[in-house]
Amino acid sequence: MIWDTTAIWHALLGGILIGFAVSILLIFNGKIAGISGILGGALNAKFHGQGWRYTFLLGLLLSPVLYGAFSTLPTITISASNTAIVIAGLLVGVGTRMGNGCTSGHGICGIARLSSRSIIATLTFMGFGILTVFILRHLI
Amino acid sequence: MTLLFAFIAGLIFGLGLILSGMTNTANIQNFLDITGHWDPSLMFVMAGALMVSAVSFMLIKARSSSLLGVAIDLPKKSIIDQKLVTGAALFGVGWGLVGFCPGPAIVSLVTQPPQAGLFVISMVSGMLLFNVLNK
Repeated sequence: MIWDTTAIWHALLGGILIGFAVSILLIFNGKIAGISGILGGALNAKFHGQGWRYTFLLGLLLSPVLYGAFSTLPTITISASNTAIVIAGLLVGVGTRMGNGCTSGHGICGIARLSSRSIIATLTFMGFGILTVFILRHLI
Repeated sequence: MTLLFAFIAGLIFGLGLILSGMTNTANIQNFLDITGHWDPSLMFVMAGALMVSAVSFMLIKARSSSLLGVAIDLPKKSIIDQKLVTGAALFGVGWGLVGFCPGPAIVSLVTQPPQAGLFVISMVSGMLLFNVLNK
């Protein structure tokens, strides 16, 4: 097991920030901060009253610029091959729309409001994520 | 105003993802690797996010509209069906395969353009493909 105290503090503080973002969108806009739902809705060409989806996504997209202005952005290396990236992207796209949510919509918002659908969805995608990493790292 | 608040929410959401380490795909895979070098830090991301969000969802329960006067739009479905479970399973496989879920992938478009770009294009294609198949 990896136990990095700094990383854990960052994780907790980052999580609290995510919680505040969820709260702002809920309390002011009355909307659920589910990224796949916001993006999926933005792709449906019904623009009337949907502007908030585009500004939310713009904020998300620009967040590393703001982060980078005050602190050093973490260096990240993605080890997956391009083929794996394309397959994973397709699976995440189809899966999140079919299952009505991802880590944010089900894992955070859904669990926070004790939705049984979201609890089942979160257990399912975590289970299949664990299984996939197990096959990738320990069987292949 | 709703546009501005959504922008601020997106910005803070992204900052949280970066600070918490969620944009680092290796962290995600280490979190999912429970039989190997398991990294529990992402449990704390969920814990932090859930603590704050749960309070907000409780506060909003008594209201029918948001502070900006918009109707509160919560999912109404409560049936656990095959679509929910199959969709979550497919998402889980994709998540484990690379370590990206939708939020961190969008945030990484600026920092990791080639790989995150390829992922986001594939993800958007998957979403559009689902819309076509679901019609």
